[in-house]
Amino acid sequence: MFYELLSTLQDANTQWVLLGTILLGIASGVLGSFALLRKQSLIGDAMAHAALPGICLAFLLYGTKSIGWFLVGAALSGLLATYFIQVIINHSRIKEDTAIGLVLSVFFGFGIVLLTKIAQTENGNQSGLDDFIFGQAASLVGNDVRVISAIAIVLLLVTWLLFKELKLFTFDRQFAKGIGLPTGLLNGLLMTLIVSAVVIGLQAVGVILMAAMLITPAISARYWTDRLDRMVIVAGTIGALSGMLGTILSSMANRLPTGPVIVLAATVIFLISLIFAPHRGLVSKGLKLYRIRKIVARETVLQTLYDLSEEVSITNKKIRFSKEALLSRRKMTVRKLDSNLKRLQKEGYVHHIKDMWSLTESGGSKAYEIVFNNRLFEIYTMYEMKFASLQFAANDVWDYRNIDSSTLKELEQLMAIHERTPKLAPKYFGKGETFRKENSSQSAKKRKKEVKSL
Amino acid sequence: MSYGAWIMLTGSLVGVSCGIIGCFLILRKMAMLADAISHTVLLGIVLAYLVSHSLEGIYMLIGAGIIGLLTAFLVQVLHSSGVQSDAAIGVVFTSLFAFGVILLSAFAGKVHLDVNHALMGEITFIPWNTLTIGGVDLGPSAVWMLGIVLIINLILIFLFYKEIKISSFDPAMATAIGIPVMFIHYLLMSMVSITTVASFDSVGAILVVAMLIVPGATAYLLTDKLLVMLLISAVIGVLSAIGGYYAALVWNISISGSMASIAGLIFATAFILSPRHGLLSKLLARKSIISERT
Repeated sequence: MFYELLSTLQDANTQWVLLGTILLGIASGVLGSFALLRKQSLIGDAMAHAALPGICLAFLLYGTKSIGWFLVGAALSGLLATYFIQVIINHSRIKEDTAIGLVLSVFFGFGIVLLTKIAQTENGNQSGLDDFIFGQAASLVGNDVRVISAIAIVLLLVTWLLFKELKLFTFDRQFAKGIGLPTGLLNGLLMTLIVSAVVIGLQAVGVILMAAMLITPAISARYWTDRLDRMVIVAGTIGALSGMLGTILSSMANRLPTGPVIVLAATVIFLISLIFAPHRGLVSKGLKLYRIRKIVARETVLQTLYDLSEEVSITNKKIRFSKEALLSRRKMTVRKLDSNLKRLQKEGYVHHIKDMWSLTESGGSKAYEIVFNNRLFEIYTMYEMKFASLQFAANDVWDYRNIDSSTLKELEQLMAIHERTPKLAPKYFGKGETFRKENSSQSAKKRKKEVKSL
Repeated sequence: MSYGAWIMLTGSLVGVSCGIIGCFLILRKMAMLADAISHTVLLGIVLAYLVSHSLEGIYMLIGAGIIGLLTAFLVQVLHSSGVQSDAAIGVVFTSLFAFGVILLSAFAGKVHLDVNHALMGEITFIPWNTLTIGGVDLGPSAVWMLGIVLIINLILIFLFYKEIKISSFDPAMATAIGIPVMFIHYLLMSMVSITTVASFDSVGAILVVAMLIVPGATAYLLTDKLLVMLLISAVIGVLSAIGGYYAALVWNISISGSMASIAGLIFATAFILSPRHGLLSKLLARKSIISERT
């Protein structure tokens, strides 16, 4: 295995191919990031398909296979396709996706027509042209790689020099226009850069799969960072890595075509990012969800006990409740309730005699806090417009301690109007059985009064 | 029937079935999903062959149907886990397609299936691959397959016309009045996949996209009524099939390619000359406004 790898790497031809695919991976990853952020990933697909007629026309005009002219032809027809897409979107009611699909398929169809035409010409040794559909990285020779590398380096250089402008243009076109950047020119430049990246990839991965080189590394990089400069670097690295892996794997198993293997390597990296990336990955999201569910379940149990206690406190019954009473109030599986009660008991927040559960004093104060916080939030949602100054976003955690005192006072007043003020101060929870003695001796009427005055 | 007539019939059947389905794809802004499915169908065909060891139409339909639905499903999953939709489509179709190509070349010796053929189709061979039952020659099998798929599509559209219509134009309202929007979505996606696979033999998996999108887009420029749009789209599908055949005959070029090109030409004509949404009419309207003002 290792020996095989070494001998593969020592092969001069493979080294050329490797260099070509790695540089291609970097360039397409970097430019793909911009396309992705502008939500134009699929335009790359259209450009790649549309390059076919350009390549065929270049062959018909020039007469023989020449990488330089192919690139020019492909770039021109790719740009023409992009232009058509823009025209169709701007001048008719046809939407972007339809316009992309339409231009892509018609250009490709026309390319096929030209391909059959070339097959009939005298010097129709079109074997080199067929390679463009699926790509034939193995057929890359030194000269091709030199051209590819030169273009890739120019692309990266231009991106590096104009990084600030492209960044601004990508995120906020209006603002870029406002401060006087030539947005039309930048748009054209970015499209030209993307077309060039597509064009140098055609020979290696082919027109159909070229889209993956633009999209997959970029979307994988998006999982690892929120900053464009880092994203561009990560995407370039992922592109290079998949180019390298794909080339090595396919040259070791010599029946496998390079382009598709590169694409699959990129897809595997994407799946790894999708699952394991910190913050955005599925695993970390799942863990976060699990933690939140756990907290919510715990708070729910405490709150339910408090609610029930609050209700019966007026008639001065013993504030102990069966699990059934808890379950009838809040939908929860018995197992979940059991495990939560057990944990709360360990922490000293709840207490039970036989099967009847109640809050302890510390549990009471904890529950009071939770109920107070939640009811305050209810009030806030009722008067959301009035408290817009809080700038509370949907994903923020609501905590009354973060609210300034005057707003808090206002909210509390509203809470009192709606009779949602928690009526049992923590001190009413004694040693977990009944109210404190002095209260239990009081008459129900007196107790009611006291609750009201709270 | 003559050789040419069979080819035109095949092409027209492709044009009609793709044209009708395409209208819904355009209205639902899912044209690129159709593009994705038309690519991934290749994987379905290869897998169906590896499992069943036959190139019978029915296995191909099942394999392609499953992979088509899988494509739609994976795109949905990625989209709902936070990937923007165009990137989700791009990632899914390229990886499934790449997988299909790798399988195809790994088993190249065993599979009587040529990648170029699958992608570009070879309508010229259609009339010779005939269906015979009990010694009676019933005509090309592709015609039968396309005919059956077209009938299935028409029946499904007829049965669910109202539901498809509402969920295409106003998905929120469709959900509100209790139409199973997801079911309709996957129903359409399976229609797209079986139509694609039935057509791939004749026009090829990639040019199916042209037949799916171009007639519908052209019809969209010509009318505001869904039923009329479906009819116009079917007619344009047939026109591009027949026109493409004759163009291919005259210049001796790929039939499927020229069908796509003719469809493109028809679209370009409609784009410029459409009475209400065309470039020319808009230009004239602008001119008349300017002359009124001055």
